[in-house]
Amino acid sequence: MGLERFLVAIPAWNERGSIEDVIGKVNQHQPQCDVLVVNDGSTDDTATLAAEAGATVVSLPFNVGVGGAMRTAFLYAERHGYQAVVQIDADGQHDPADVNRVLQGLDSADVVVGTRFHPTSQYFVGGPRRWAMVLLSLALSRMNRGRISDPTSGFRAAGPRAIRLFSVEYPADYLGDTVGSLAIAIRSNLTIHETPVTMYFRQSGRPSKNALWSALYLGRATLAILATSLKGGYIPKGDLS
Amino acid sequence: MSAQLLGAFASIVTFVFVFSLLRRGILREKYAVLWLLFSGAALFFSVFPAALLWVSTRLNVAEPVNLLFFATLVMLILVAIQLSYELSRHEARIRRLAEEVALLNEQLNEERFPRDSD
Repeated sequence: MGLERFLVAIPAWNERGSIEDVIGKVNQHQPQCDVLVVNDGSTDDTATLAAEAGATVVSLPFNVGVGGAMRTAFLYAERHGYQAVVQIDADGQHDPADVNRVLQGLDSADVVVGTRFHPTSQYFVGGPRRWAMVLLSLALSRMNRGRISDPTSGFRAAGPRAIRLFSVEYPADYLGDTVGSLAIAIRSNLTIHETPVTMYFRQSGRPSKNALWSALYLGRATLAILATSLKGGYIPKGDLS
Repeated sequence: MSAQLLGAFASIVTFVFVFSLLRRGILREKYAVLWLLFSGAALFFSVFPAALLWVSTRLNVAEPVNLLFFATLVMLILVAIQLSYELSRHEARIRRLAEEVALLNEQLNEERFPRDSD
């Protein structure tokens, strides 16, 4: 274990209110991990605050969305020889104490999704958004031949094979990145497991979630799944094993 | 007769305009060729309306003008799809470039101002 290097990747877009706190907590809970903030074209001082808090900062010249920010993180991880990448949100909704748990899941899987739905979870969604998430969960669990109860979770870990795949192929479409990346992983024969994580209410920033959002989300995610499925076992150039 | 003149005039103007854009290197051949073909065809049919009549009888289209509208629509849709395709490709490439720029920038900063190693 001594030589393994882990990267905690935090995509951030105008998150000055919470970024220092998140980085501080990651450093406190996971001193063995390097922290990479992918500043996704922020117009505030997110990048400066993140660098001052001790993170490596990669700044995209303009906003490309979470998908593009994460592919940048995977490229960075691939080029710097990291064995695992853990993605967490910059808005403080995820508990950095859980990073260990998702990392441990990588012992038996290529991708580990931190699920917010479990008996002790305080996380709750209702209405159309809930229906959308249930449908996506059913579709992806079926494809995966294993349960993925929270495919839209942004708290996840990727092992070496997944890093190689995602540094080449990661969906950039708005709202399509979480579900789309899982579909790509399944199609490339990677194993996906899940593990329970804690979900907090957001510290800052505005939630972007209502009925219209859900409909849009479902539409785009469905399209992403369909497109990936119909590609028929997409394997990117280069050997994944 | 005047409608015929108008059609011929419009297609000549289009042809000359596209050709001058091409000549000045503003428009690339792969886009210009399509428009030149369209305006060429439009010019042909406005000068020889009998040709349009002949084609539509062959295709069993009652109103020759409907054939014209249909063909125009199909061509415009094809051009629009081609543009969407090019746009998607460019977006993907620009995103890739943005990612590379971001990583290079970080590398440069790292070399200029090395961080204190733990």
